[in-house]
Amino acid sequence: MIKIDNITKSFGEKVVLNGVSGVFEKGKPNLLIGASGTGKSVLLKCIVGLVMPDKGEVFYDERPFYASDRDVKTDIRREMGMLFQGGALFDSKTVEQNVMFPLDVLTNMSLEEKMDRVNICLKRVSLENSNKKMPSEISGGMKKRVGIARAIVNNPNYLFCDEPNSGLDPQTSVLIDELIQDISEEFDITTIVVTHDMNSVMGIGEKIMFIYKGQNLWVGTKNDITHSGVQELDDFIFANKVMRSLRQQQ
Amino acid sequence: MITEIGKYFMFLGTMLVRRESFKTYYKLVLEECVSVGIGSVFLVALVSTFMGAVTTVQTAFNMVSDFIPDYVISQVVREMIVLELAPTIIAVIFAGKVGSAMASGLGTMRITEQIDALEVMGINSISYLVLPKIIASLMMYPLLVVVAGVCGMVGGYLAGTLTGIISPNDYVLGLRSSYNEFTVIFALIKSVVFAFLVSSISSYKGYNTQGGALEVGVSSTQAVTSSVIAVLVADYLLAQLLLSK
Repeated sequence: MIKIDNITKSFGEKVVLNGVSGVFEKGKPNLLIGASGTGKSVLLKCIVGLVMPDKGEVFYDERPFYASDRDVKTDIRREMGMLFQGGALFDSKTVEQNVMFPLDVLTNMSLEEKMDRVNICLKRVSLENSNKKMPSEISGGMKKRVGIARAIVNNPNYLFCDEPNSGLDPQTSVLIDELIQDISEEFDITTIVVTHDMNSVMGIGEKIMFIYKGQNLWVGTKNDITHSGVQELDDFIFANKVMRSLRQQQ
Repeated sequence: MITEIGKYFMFLGTMLVRRESFKTYYKLVLEECVSVGIGSVFLVALVSTFMGAVTTVQTAFNMVSDFIPDYVISQVVREMIVLELAPTIIAVIFAGKVGSAMASGLGTMRITEQIDALEVMGINSISYLVLPKIIASLMMYPLLVVVAGVCGMVGGYLAGTLTGIISPNDYVLGLRSSYNEFTVIFALIKSVVFAFLVSSISSYKGYNTQGGALEVGVSSTQAVTSSVIAVLVADYLLAQLLLSK
């Protein structure tokens, strides 16, 4: 479980996050949604420690992150896996080397053990035969799947996904969403997904936090998101014609 | 300017804390040595050979008095190459080739979130990415300077003897006469300092790239400019410190 408490962040005069608090539960995908520029990605970066908040604290299973010393922070970080928007694969390494990278640097496993673990993770994301390919030789969807394999190879307790569907076709998006959901349940990890894709929201949104102008405006599930009663959330959800017509039908 | 220098020193400080295991660095340093050293040998040899050849021809051109023996030409060439041309001019070449590659490589890693990926894994990205580059530069650049020195003198020999400016015997005599070994030690001291400056400044510029592809190019240019300025300032300070009587 991850708890965030009063996260505040400004860049110069611009307040990007204004006292955001909330809890992200274990074993299911927790979605951070909101329009572009509302502070979702900054909040995610504050949670993982890539951006230092001006105020507030993040608790990883009761362990404070920012109040801890460097060694504890490193220990917590070594329990994290993250899927970046562009995949963030290392260009000079093959798919196999990318997935093996955290094991190479952070563990003392033998090559055989590492290979076994890499193959399990690549199989989990349906990329069994792509070990020797370079990132430049694979598609966007495959890059995302390699990113997921790398994120889970070290058995993380926390998984973070920054817009996992960006740039993907609808079918591949659904595959990635289902993969994230399955992995969260299978390994019982706390997963936070930043997205503004309504297909993802309706597909895997078991817990949703709506961020608007740097504030946490609404928390709920995909089942009650369409009748939240929050005007800003309705404007966000029903921005396109398809969703508006669905609402009228309801 | 002062803030930037402060950030640079903080960057160097961060590089030395929370390091990974020796085996991790061992492989990375070897890879960087190949990239920094072997990858630069051809250019360094080419530039220094022509530098030696041109220095020989120009020195001979300026020797207008018949009372000055011919071997003085190669003596001058030796001193110029060892003291200045090999360590300093090659440092400028090194900044242009290796420094810009370091800056653009790290800049690209920054904008494609590869550096963030390392940080999230709990790896000190500065230490992991930059320390091997600096160690490899400190190991390889002095060797490149030695190669440059030898190639420069061979280039001078070829240009001098093939055009009849100086006889082979006079050229070798000039190289050997009034030799002061401290000039070589001085060149190697300079090479270590220049290697550190070029690799650390270029890495700092690349690591702190913000924006997109355009900014990677800007960082790369800034890396070369700042490195060259630092090399020239250090060159003067070292000469003042170690050669002034």
